[in-house]
Amino acid sequence: MQDKNLGLSSILFNRSVQGIFYQIVTLVLVILAVLYIVDNTASNMIARGLASGFHFLGVESGFDIGMTLIDYSPTSTYFDSFIVGLLNTLLVAGLGISIATIVGFTVGIARLSSNWLIAKLAESYIEILRNIPLLLQIFFWYFAVLRALPKPKQSLELADSFFLNNRGLFIPDPVFGEGGTLILYSFIAAILISIGIAIWSKQRQNKTGKTFPVFYSSIGLLISFIFLSMLATGFPVTFDYPELKGFNFKGGIKLIPELVALTFALSMYTASFIAEVVRAGIQAVSLGQTEAARSLGLNPNQILRLVIIPQALRVIVPPLTNQYLNLTKNSSLAAAIAYPDLVLVFAGTALMQTGQAIEIIGMVMGVYLFLSLMTSIIMNLFNRFMRVAER
Amino acid sequence: MNTEIKDNIEVTKPPIASIGVIGWLRKNLFSSWSNILLTLIGIYILYSIIPSFISWAFIDASFVGSTKQECSKEGACWIFIKENLKLIFYGLYPSEELWRINSMYFILLVCGIYILVPNLKYKGWVGSFLLILFPILSVVMFSGGFGLETVETRLWGGLFLTLVIAGVGIVLSLPIGVMLALGRRSKLPVVSLLSTIFIEIWRGVPLITVLFMASNMFPLFMPEGVNFDKLIRALIGVMFFSAAYLAEVVRGGLQAMPKGQYEAAQAMGLSYWRMMALVILPQSLKMVIPAIIGSFIAIFKDTTLVLVIGLFDFLGIIQFVGTNPDWLGFSHEGYVFAAAIFWVFCFGMSRYSQNLEKKLDTGR
Repeated sequence: MQDKNLGLSSILFNRSVQGIFYQIVTLVLVILAVLYIVDNTASNMIARGLASGFHFLGVESGFDIGMTLIDYSPTSTYFDSFIVGLLNTLLVAGLGISIATIVGFTVGIARLSSNWLIAKLAESYIEILRNIPLLLQIFFWYFAVLRALPKPKQSLELADSFFLNNRGLFIPDPVFGEGGTLILYSFIAAILISIGIAIWSKQRQNKTGKTFPVFYSSIGLLISFIFLSMLATGFPVTFDYPELKGFNFKGGIKLIPELVALTFALSMYTASFIAEVVRAGIQAVSLGQTEAARSLGLNPNQILRLVIIPQALRVIVPPLTNQYLNLTKNSSLAAAIAYPDLVLVFAGTALMQTGQAIEIIGMVMGVYLFLSLMTSIIMNLFNRFMRVAER
Repeated sequence: MNTEIKDNIEVTKPPIASIGVIGWLRKNLFSSWSNILLTLIGIYILYSIIPSFISWAFIDASFVGSTKQECSKEGACWIFIKENLKLIFYGLYPSEELWRINSMYFILLVCGIYILVPNLKYKGWVGSFLLILFPILSVVMFSGGFGLETVETRLWGGLFLTLVIAGVGIVLSLPIGVMLALGRRSKLPVVSLLSTIFIEIWRGVPLITVLFMASNMFPLFMPEGVNFDKLIRALIGVMFFSAAYLAEVVRGGLQAMPKGQYEAAQAMGLSYWRMMALVILPQSLKMVIPAIIGSFIAIFKDTTLVLVIGLFDFLGIIQFVGTNPDWLGFSHEGYVFAAAIFWVFCFGMSRYSQNLEKKLDTGR
């Protein structure tokens, strides 16, 4: 009965009605703002005579790129330059991630060492590197270290096959001769058989409780398969060593100094963050777990492998992928030392030449957005998969 | 009787090897063969870095003089830094106007110390002065107006510009970040969707593309004739970028609030905004202060990226000074100096936040 008396005011003060009202207002404001920007942009582009649309992607680019993983020449299209830039970004990200993981885990574990000196060294590494801007570190490695290296004639060398000088890092290039594919196949076969053994031993352990040395047998399989296939084909793998010819090196794989500096700086910087992630993950496993495992009669190796690592990984992996993503995004700092990555090639040179800022920056941002969305989707799946089964 | 027995039994001291310096060394450095090996490796690392660095930076270094010729070949040439100090700290800011920057530094320092000293009254007032009046005053003091000579932003540079960008990024991004976090947590689907999209887009792209966008696309967005200063464009980019990161930090704090706090506030009859402003935000912001300072450190380090769009911040000016023909070949000194300054700022902030974390962890 009272409801009827309230009438209009009850509608005005109804939470859900208010909510809808606010949402409509927000939406209208946002749409107006977007329209305003679009309108301005359109008129500005007409006024400046800028083209729009993605037709430029098929046009000949006319510029060359210092380092390409695919065939590319000034006659290639802008789309090709996009792909070249993207591949270069992925290359530096991939290299950086692998090195950063190894260094980061080493430093993170060293940080927890019972050896005072080692723990302090690891701590200083972390505290120094993560409090200095990455760009400064990249500049340091590029301008102060790599550019200051001796000329090719006086290069630093390791075992007559690795050479470091101001032109870059030269490493031997493996060449697969006749029958080289057989080695690859036997390698794949060894991996498949190892997976099979792992599944079989798990099932047998569940049924009978008997264990099987999966790790050692897989290693043995891999080595023996590769060795046998090499023996069968007569060692077809040779190395193309870099050699000093005139003023520069010929042969081998050449890593340009920009790539070396960027990879090094990125991985050292990110490693300091990964080390902290690893330390936090290991410390998150309570001491009681170790003690319980020990009282069950597990040996230290088993405790680490079966009790500590699985639990620590659950804590480590989400922030670790976050660091990988950061490294990938930070690889865009390449533009500052002219490593031809996506940002420099596409958002730099191509943008300068075509002037199509919106399309180009949109594409570049799209690539990074795609990578980070993919990462967060994978992370959500991982979290769902790894969630602790609670009572 | 008793005393006699006591006298007869000698109090055995613990073995020398397990107490004092020797005991500590044995326990922490030489407890096993593998540990001895690790210690030796550690000593070797230290030995290969520290003596050579100290002799380069201090013993063989040149401090006195004013030209390149007075530098020793072996050591660092700190004369390079000394001679370019004004450029490194203030950029091309006119010398006779430097008092404007210095007096603002002084005010900032006094207020900062006042806030850091424990148990003083009126901290809230000083804090709000720093957050609201101080930035307005700075704009007038730095760029001119009201009888002060105008100084164009293209003359701004060095550590001063770095502090301006970081300061603006920090002060302006916090309120935007809080609003975005509230928006993302909102029960209204449209608001929450829009906030989520906004946050995820800014967080998903590198700052360098944001800066490229700011310098290339912002001019297109504005009506014809409206022309932004390059610095303002960069500031807008940095502001939104850090706001998105802060939003996620604040959201963490909001999510950590127990539901009872919301329900209690609603039961008291508080409206949404009063509930947030009086009950939820004060508690949740306090919880995430260390994480907020962490974001500030990240913003501070990220300001170096503005040199990519042609602003001469601290690092940018050091790069620039190094290309001066009179001072070629001193990049090591420049980078080490810049690294030391950045490190002091960032490490100081992170230590402060760790202390704060301990102090705020009062338990409930």
